[in-house]
Amino acid sequence: MNRSQHIFGSGLVFAVGLWVAWVSYTQQPAEAFLFPRLIATVFVGLAGWTFGKAVMGLSKVGNGVTRAMFLNMLPGLIITLIYVFWAAKSLGFYTATAIAFFVLLSIYDPDPHTEAKTWVKRGVITAVFLAVMYGLFAMLLNVYTPREILF
Amino acid sequence: MEFIYYFGDVFTPLSFMLLLGGTIGGLILGATPGLSPTMAVALLIPFTFQLEAAQGLILLGAAYTSTVAGGAVSAILLKIPGAPANIATTLDGHTMAKQGQGARALQLSFLASAVGGIFGVLLLIFLTPVLAQWALAFGPSHLFWLAILGVTVIGTLDSASVVKGLLSGCIGLWLATIGFDDIMGAQRFIFHPALGGGINIIAALIGLFAIPQVLTMFAKGRHNTGAEVIEVQRHSILEAFRELFSRTRALSIGTLTGSIIGLIPGVGGQIAGLVAYDQTKKFSSEKDKFGTGHSEGVIAAESANNAMVGPSLVPLLTLSIPGSPTAAVLLGGLLIHGIFPGSDLFDNHPDVAWTFINSMLIGQVLMCIFGLYVAGLAARVAQVPQSVMAAIVLSLSVFGAYSVQGSMGDVYVMACLGIGMFFLERFGFSAAPLVLGLILGPIAEANFIQGGMIADASVGKASYFLTGGLNLFLIAVVLASIAYSVWMELRSRRYTTKEEAQA
Repeated sequence: MNRSQHIFGSGLVFAVGLWVAWVSYTQQPAEAFLFPRLIATVFVGLAGWTFGKAVMGLSKVGNGVTRAMFLNMLPGLIITLIYVFWAAKSLGFYTATAIAFFVLLSIYDPDPHTEAKTWVKRGVITAVFLAVMYGLFAMLLNVYTPREILF
Repeated sequence: MEFIYYFGDVFTPLSFMLLLGGTIGGLILGATPGLSPTMAVALLIPFTFQLEAAQGLILLGAAYTSTVAGGAVSAILLKIPGAPANIATTLDGHTMAKQGQGARALQLSFLASAVGGIFGVLLLIFLTPVLAQWALAFGPSHLFWLAILGVTVIGTLDSASVVKGLLSGCIGLWLATIGFDDIMGAQRFIFHPALGGGINIIAALIGLFAIPQVLTMFAKGRHNTGAEVIEVQRHSILEAFRELFSRTRALSIGTLTGSIIGLIPGVGGQIAGLVAYDQTKKFSSEKDKFGTGHSEGVIAAESANNAMVGPSLVPLLTLSIPGSPTAAVLLGGLLIHGIFPGSDLFDNHPDVAWTFINSMLIGQVLMCIFGLYVAGLAARVAQVPQSVMAAIVLSLSVFGAYSVQGSMGDVYVMACLGIGMFFLERFGFSAAPLVLGLILGPIAEANFIQGGMIADASVGKASYFLTGGLNLFLIAVVLASIAYSVWMELRSRRYTTKEEAQA
């Protein structure tokens, strides 16, 4: 893992620590922030130490994210974000799940995209999975999920 | 011997069905590389909401036990440990399978798991009530230090870097303070409406354990596991029984090592298996055979990682300190049913406590019986492409987080924590101490405030929290765990530097 990644990661944690400390020590009523102040003090100390080590190039633990890993992950991450933060609420849970499941399967399935059989297999797996999810959550657990414009 | 009175409760139709389902499902999930026992238990929690507390715990306990044992199937037949706990099993188990002795290796692994597991649960049965009564003597200052101890022990022992482990614990403790303060009603760190009610533990557990694994599977891209299942030849179970009990040294070293390691909070099954393997090799008269398909290696590793399961619940059920990340998830499962570990559990909910513990005892036997039958199926499931597994786990996580309280806010929190944890893990942080901080944070804060009030009316905060035999003992353990981990980290770094220099 390269030094800049260590600096970025630990820098972000240190920034969060500073924000937590700032909020803990400035917000009122003070009694409500006694415990957060205690945590924030230790948090900032440890995060500062980690950040300092990263800046000096002494951080060793952690494998980081390689370019290949990130590029492999990116489509899945984007679909996950769209699924969770938009589609599930706007299209309905089951529709969004079906679309996300099928797309993820198609992107990451090692089978060739050129064969019709592969697409049929992906469609069947998606349909069976959706049926199982509906049986489990809607029928067995009685979880009422947002249906919105579709299902 | 109170536990005997509650054996019948395990055999009610629903309870037994859950135990059976949890065991078989756990064996299959455990065999699937990438699905850790912790994640399996976290994903199962939403399914326990509609069950009674004891039944919910039966399901979670069965899944915990059998996922650890199920991991041996892929370790032996595919050379891919189903969970970190099964790493040591691969060393001899897979070689045995390649030599055409896959069935023998599987039989020995499940039988050794059952022996180790039963011993571990018996320790749980006899130690827990005694320690739970002892915990009655604890006041707010002791409970505060115990909560801090839970976070620091896992933070230091479960992480590659002591500072990053402790920092993960701090992040968890901070996340636990988000929401409205219980006493003053003040808003704390609510920077998004989804955080108004604080962070829901179950949604957080699902996110922290499941989403990083989903992203890890995505990061591998389009590829097959590349592992081929080795065909299993028939082997007499009676012969396996005879062999197991002729290898008593390996079995007893594995069982004892696993039980002792399980009792130490923060030290997981991975260490139990490897330490037991190493110790058995040291004491064996056939040292040279280890690594070449020697049955003692499989017996030691598998008896140890299952013997660890029961004792890892002792600190959880008595002092609220989970002995392993999976035990931390089980604590979340207890808390959502309004049950607090310790004497409250055994005095006010003995039916829940003993039915759960008894089910783990029965579960060991079921796991052994069904493990031998579903091993072949489990190995096939282990070959399911990672794309399918990732999509299934992601969907289950979204539905599971939503079903906690029917709130999209929980789904957002689950996703944000999960994605954040993936990157934190890549930077050397660990999920286990963060989860511990999140779970133990409210306990630490409540006792810190309560202790502060008592201290203000009596001896003052410093004297109340920093003096007294038990306080000093707990503080010493906190410091000792940190010092030990720092020493281990420095020592391993020195070895690495030496090796690098030699290379």
